[in-house]
Amino acid sequence: MSHGTLLVFEVTILVLAIFLGFEVVSKVPTLLHTPLMSGTNAIHGIVIVGAMLVMGLDHKDTLTFVIGFVAVVLGSANVVGGFVVTDRMLEMFKRKPSSPKDTDGA
Amino acid sequence: MGHNASNLLYLVTIVTFVWALRDLSNPARARRGVWVGAAGMALAIATTFGRHGLHDYLWMIVAMVIGGAFGAVAARRVKMTAMPQMVALFNGVGGGAAALVSWAEFHREAPLSGDLQRDISISLVLSALIGSISFSGSMIAFAKLQELIGGRPITYAGQQIVNALLFATIVGAGAAIVAGAERSWLLAVVLVGASLFGILFVLPIGGADMPVVISLLNAFTGLAAAATGFELENNVLIVSGMLVGASGTLLTLMMGRAMNRSVTNVLFGAFGQIQAGAGDVAATNGTVRPTTADDVAVMLAYAQKVVVVPGYGMAVAQAQHDVRALADLLEHKGVEVTYAIHPVAGRMPGHMNVLLAEANVPYPALKEMDEANAEFPRTDVSLVIGANDVVNPDARENRGSPIFGMPILNVDESKAVIVLKRSMNPGFAGIDNPLFVEPNTMMLFGDAKESVAKLAAAVKSL
Repeated sequence: MSHGTLLVFEVTILVLAIFLGFEVVSKVPTLLHTPLMSGTNAIHGIVIVGAMLVMGLDHKDTLTFVIGFVAVVLGSANVVGGFVVTDRMLEMFKRKPSSPKDTDGA
Repeated sequence: MGHNASNLLYLVTIVTFVWALRDLSNPARARRGVWVGAAGMALAIATTFGRHGLHDYLWMIVAMVIGGAFGAVAARRVKMTAMPQMVALFNGVGGGAAALVSWAEFHREAPLSGDLQRDISISLVLSALIGSISFSGSMIAFAKLQELIGGRPITYAGQQIVNALLFATIVGAGAAIVAGAERSWLLAVVLVGASLFGILFVLPIGGADMPVVISLLNAFTGLAAAATGFELENNVLIVSGMLVGASGTLLTLMMGRAMNRSVTNVLFGAFGQIQAGAGDVAATNGTVRPTTADDVAVMLAYAQKVVVVPGYGMAVAQAQHDVRALADLLEHKGVEVTYAIHPVAGRMPGHMNVLLAEANVPYPALKEMDEANAEFPRTDVSLVIGANDVVNPDARENRGSPIFGMPILNVDESKAVIVLKRSMNPGFAGIDNPLFVEPNTMMLFGDAKESVAKLAAAVKSL
């Protein structure tokens, strides 16, 4: 596939992702704003894939290796920390046996 | 693993992320969303490991163990009150990772000067720029929330000019790279300049606006990740990054709306400037009336309806369990106790809901702002526990106030207001609050947890 064709495909999915991103969170109640922010924060930790691809390149010099290494460290901190923090926030919303309907009415 | 196979597995990851976002927007399914998202992330990482032609696996694992251990320990150890700054911290490192990826890509490609495709060089510059701003801006937000530096806006003369010049320099360097001058020093200008810009950009923003800023920087990191996807021709980076960029932008707008502050106002309003002109008249126009726990206990015990208004002070003091205990005692005496939750009470929307849920406060007792405001006129005692700006009547009445127009909880409409507060220091945003000197307001000074415990003891002994 030529570079131009690939680019058009990439831009297409980019634009679709914009609409999907807006749509999928549009109904979030206020009380979930912070956990949702934290969850999206964990998801952009996907940048770790980019860091791995850079670090794993063949025939790279020391500088690229070091930058890639640091990027993988930062990316994995983003992923792990992001998901754990989000989970801890949501742990607080656990359904209690005493009030079974406590997640409604947000 | 070949290119097509890995791209298909990446597609599965994308689906889990969309699913995770949808679940996270729903109270009943939010927690499942975390696990769906984490599983998708694990799949993406495993897929990347399996890709053909990668090297240095061992070092990659070492790097992941270091970063993962740091993330896990930091996230596990942090107290619930410090969650907002952890979000800022993890957002910052993500932005930093995106900036580093673009640096490494540029370093690899630059020797073939003039050979970069235009779209690749544009994405390189964008991810370097946005990632660096997100990194340094988040670190400043972290430092402000952690109170390593003051929460008040930091302003100086000529700030706008300095920022504009700096930004023009960065854009100039970026444009030169895109135009074909692929020199390392130009990218260094972008990386260092954008980091500096991130710092200067967040410093003048008041601590109370930090949630909106963190949310915006979160969307930025998503965009930076999407840009690295164009550099590396990788679909999972493009889509996931853009999903976060879009949903994060919408979330930022929604948070701003909850505070009745436009995002531009938050970013460029410089809280401090307006305040210097008008704000500080009120505090001098009245006297503060301190009271004692015993007096307040009597008022509470003989009230019909008490509304608790929690704020960041309750979170800091970890007083939510004592608040619940006090409410239980009052309810035994036949007092109706509800909680009025301002959408941005604390330092993050939903902050108070999380804390009160932790203390097993029944969900129906939590009233959102509109419902709570309808009830204040028939409330006997409003118990304000460490909240400040969200009950500041200046937001309604004083046009000169920096928070004018923000919807507040109208506690001043209730028959009596008891404010539990450490001291007369202004709140996090550094704005005076005339509520404290109103005739129906009394102040109970001290640590929120201790004060509430004293109140409970006094109510019990009645």
